Amino acid sequence: MKDILQELEDRRAVARAGGGQRRVEAQHAKGKLTARERIELLLDEGSFEEFDMFVRHRCTDFGMEEDRPAGDGVVTGWGTVNGRMVYVFSQDFTVFGGSLSETHAQKICKIMDMALQNGAPVIGLNDSGGARIQEGVASLAGYADVFQRNIMASGVVPQISVIMGPCAGGAVYSPAMTDFIFMVKDSSYMFVTGPDVVKTVTNEVVTAEELGGASTHTKKSSVADGAFENDVEALAEVRRLIDFLPLNNREKAPVRPFFDDPSRIEDSLDTIIPDNPNQPYDMKELIHKVADEADFYEIQKDYAANIITGFIRIEGQTVGVVANQPMVLAGCLDIDSSRKAARFVRFCDAFEIPILTFVDVPGFLPGTSQEYGGVIKHGAKLLFAYGEATVPKVTVITRKAYGGAYDVMASKHLRGDFNYAWPTAEIAVMGAKGATEILYRSELGDKDKIAARTKDYEDRFANPFVAAERGFIDEVIQPRSTRRRVARAFASLRGKKLANPWKKHDNIPL
Amino acid sequence: MFKKILIANRGEIACRVIKSARKMGIKTVAVYSDADRNALHVKMADEAYHIGPPPANQSYIVIDKIMEAIRATGAEAVHPGYGFLSENMNFAAALEAEGVVFVGPPSPAIEAMGDKITSKKLAMEAGVSTVPGYMGLIADADEAVKISGEIGYPVMIKASAGGGGKGMRIAWSESEVKEGFESSKNEAANSFGDDRIFIEKFVTQPRHIEIQVLADKHGNCVYLHERECSIQRRNQKVIEEAPSPFLDEATRKAMGEQACALAKAVGYTSAGTVEFIVDGNRNFYFLEMNTRLQVEHPVTELITGVDLVEQMIRVAAGEPLPFRQEDLKINGWAMESRLYAEDPYRNFLPSIGRLTRYRPPVEGKTLGGGIVRNDTGVFEGGEISMYYDPMIAKLCTWGATRADAIEEMRLALDTFEVEGIGHNLPFCSAVMEHPRFTSGNITTAFIAEEYPDGFNGVALNPQMLRRVAAAAAAMNRVAEIRRTRISGTMDNHERHVGDNWVVTAQGEDLAATIAADKDGSTVTFADGTAHRVTSDWTPGQPLARLMVDGQPLVLKVGKIPMGFRIRLRGADLKVYVRTPRAAELAALMPEKMPPDTSKFLLCPMPGLIVKITVEEGQEVQEGQALATVEAMKMENILKAERKGVVKKINCAPGASLRVDDVIMEFE
Repeated sequence: MKDILQELEDRRAVARAGGGQRRVEAQHAKGKLTARERIELLLDEGSFEEFDMFVRHRCTDFGMEEDRPAGDGVVTGWGTVNGRMVYVFSQDFTVFGGSLSETHAQKICKIMDMALQNGAPVIGLNDSGGARIQEGVASLAGYADVFQRNIMASGVVPQISVIMGPCAGGAVYSPAMTDFIFMVKDSSYMFVTGPDVVKTVTNEVVTAEELGGASTHTKKSSVADGAFENDVEALAEVRRLIDFLPLNNREKAPVRPFFDDPSRIEDSLDTIIPDNPNQPYDMKELIHKVADEADFYEIQKDYAANIITGFIRIEGQTVGVVANQPMVLAGCLDIDSSRKAARFVRFCDAFEIPILTFVDVPGFLPGTSQEYGGVIKHGAKLLFAYGEATVPKVTVITRKAYGGAYDVMASKHLRGDFNYAWPTAEIAVMGAKGATEILYRSELGDKDKIAARTKDYEDRFANPFVAAERGFIDEVIQPRSTRRRVARAFASLRGKKLANPWKKHDNIPL
Repeated sequence: MFKKILIANRGEIACRVIKSARKMGIKTVAVYSDADRNALHVKMADEAYHIGPPPANQSYIVIDKIMEAIRATGAEAVHPGYGFLSENMNFAAALEAEGVVFVGPPSPAIEAMGDKITSKKLAMEAGVSTVPGYMGLIADADEAVKISGEIGYPVMIKASAGGGGKGMRIAWSESEVKEGFESSKNEAANSFGDDRIFIEKFVTQPRHIEIQVLADKHGNCVYLHERECSIQRRNQKVIEEAPSPFLDEATRKAMGEQACALAKAVGYTSAGTVEFIVDGNRNFYFLEMNTRLQVEHPVTELITGVDLVEQMIRVAAGEPLPFRQEDLKINGWAMESRLYAEDPYRNFLPSIGRLTRYRPPVEGKTLGGGIVRNDTGVFEGGEISMYYDPMIAKLCTWGATRADAIEEMRLALDTFEVEGIGHNLPFCSAVMEHPRFTSGNITTAFIAEEYPDGFNGVALNPQMLRRVAAAAAAMNRVAEIRRTRISGTMDNHERHVGDNWVVTAQGEDLAATIAADKDGSTVTFADGTAHRVTSDWTPGQPLARLMVDGQPLVLKVGKIPMGFRIRLRGADLKVYVRTPRAAELAALMPEKMPPDTSKFLLCPMPGLIVKITVEEGQEVQEGQALATVEAMKMENILKAERKGVVKKINCAPGASLRVDDVIMEFE
């Protein structure tokens, strides 16, 4: 009997050894942790329950029958993050370079099915050379099986991908369909075709890092939502993100004890808007001062910085924040910022996370590059996302809310629940100068007259009261009391029920 | 007594004067420029009068504007503060002509002391010790030797037209004088086309010690002892204290009496300061007299209990001094740290912008029996503008002894939260920790000698590091337990926060076991040493006030992945608190070098590009001017750190840049 029990331990030891000491050392030498080490850091100590430790591939081509390691290059299972259940798969680069075989894919599919059924997030730690070439189409089928599950899980349970090594070819499309992608700086890259193919086909010479490193995907392509210094930091920050997210779309966003007075008054916000309307200020200061404990988890920090997206807590409960950033491109909307914010708003709506919007937007960015790039349809994405969202929506206009961009930014007209404005708000079709130049074209030659007209327009429209007269602004609030007002607004919306008409799905302008 | 006074100043000193005036039941009038519309002194005053655009030469130092404000508000007297019009005899005269009282000395005294040569002459006549020297022309080396002998060695041989160290020699002997005289003469001739040379006593181990005097209009004059202001950076005082750790009773008395003699000689009234340079043998020499309230006056107030501003106002109103010399005793010790909006990590370049957080320590009695005082003119959400002095605050502490005052200052600085701009608080903290400073063995060269390569932060000593590590372990435990109290956990399978942790800071791994009870935690390190930590800190608080082993410890705390950014005592640390396993795995992570910025010219401060003096493709030499950035109305010339070729220029004149924006790249 004892021998039989011992055999289990022996088999486990073999499986846990992965690709062996030499390959583990090589992995460490690259500054990377092994699949199991990563799981240890991701999950609560001792909480990991493994599935399919003894699964082996069934390939018999190219001599593969000689080498059938237990686990087949991916570690799967579930565990807890601060006591809340998550499912996880972690590709093991020390076994066949983490390449995806039919059985490797089946292991991933198994935990994804369970995650969907039991309502818990899926976290994928990607470190794979790609398809297992020896298995041919069976490997491709495996990818597609994972893709299909990513699609089914989308909007049901949060899916998070962490790219911690290579992720190339078809493999990229699984992370691409998850909610968030994080990368590790200097040791991860993602691309559909690698530098060699690029060279052959287009004659472009580019390094893997330039083509698909963390910097490229966080700053240029927007494929990744964030990048971290190393494996340890990345996994700690994923744990932090999980604390903000509901486990599934049937649950409310999580709440945890908080130590920050929801009625905290911030006198310094009374002076955040500069006297000069053309001078920028840092919208992040407002976000930090409204949030519990100034804790802000920013998403896509380095991309389209003219809009800010991320999670905060108010009274301990997660709130998604979208805010124009006057420090970058005057906070205007453009193709990139519209896409970035639209995706974030849809995530929040899918997972019942209330949305707080801070508005200081001078309009859409003009120009041929924007028009040729399709700003009409991209801008419409954000409009669509806000309009269809049924979660609690609280909006605060701090300064400019001009033109169509005013409508887009969670206005009252898009079913905003609370639409507040600071006394410094200017809600108008456009700035005073532009407006008078159109309204009084015949007087353009007379500088004094135009100046007087501009002054009249400013006095009449450069304030929040015209909109408040019509009820488009529910209340004009003091900047210093923003946290208290916003907290109370969300508190009053905890019972909000709003449903859109039944449809198979909508047709957002993609 | 006056019913209403006007303060012809701004910032902290205007606020300071308003406080005393209010205490005395006098109404106050503030004046303000466009940039100060929402300033603290305007809010504090009973009335405020607008005097023009932001630049001081269009507002605060325009006599007509101040006179207009006086007429409009009916102020009976004017306190000028320091700087601006405080030592302007024309202003004092203008007020006199208008029948308005100037809270300061009579204009002839200002005039007499305003001129270096006249003041030195008057001082000599009044029996004040001055730096021995020969001001006349020196014919040859032999005469130089003779004069040097009379003065006493060492001497300094200086070119009349000199500057920047050129034509300057220090000589300790006759032969050095001979040699130095010739070479100085040649150098002076070559550099300035003027070979006139003079010789004066070279003061070794110089300290800056000044005497506060107060005189009324009835012939009474007292000295309120000394302040030592030796901690200076490029002649800008940074830390002052009273009394001086160097003076003995006899020297103090001699200096005080000479200062009073000078004040009497020039018919001085009001508060004034006689500055001396003191050498290593306690020989003191007159430097100059400041005919106004000094910036660092609070340290004198703290050790004497005299409100100098109040006395200035009373003297101006014709009241006699309420005390005699023998009433003025030194009680305890006071320190002052001047907080400047200057980034010590960037060679003290000015930093302007919004104070996103500004929380000074609570003023008044401390738990340790000391006193904290903070003179300030700013507030959270306010702006440090480019137009004026970059001083944020004067933080003062008082203790029974010098060591107590220093300890109070350390804690007060640790408690002082200033965010949004660069500032020298970490530098002041570092000086308070510096063994040479705490020993009192300081000279005016202290900063230049102890920080020759600028300031790059400090490392904590091993004992302090362990106290901080214990605090971090205790705080981390609180934060981790809170994380487990999130909604949606699996019943009966909650996360248990363990007792064993590894604290990593300053490159050291400290294995720690933590045992918590209802009052606090005991953190035991691997070597068996234990620290008791109690605190009411809750996660997210940016300031942690703790007791570690019964001693107060205050930390500025920020969150980083798996740890905290902790600032105290001039140090800025990343302190990681990880499970032993996580620490083991973290040790496998590669150390990443910060990106090499030597190939870039980065904008050192927010400002406007005025000029780009090189072109793409041009080879530049070390020290060559590359670009000019204007900030705080100052043109800063950025020079090449090494030889190189300009690869790309990223901006044109007129561009407005932020800190660290890339101006140009090198090959």
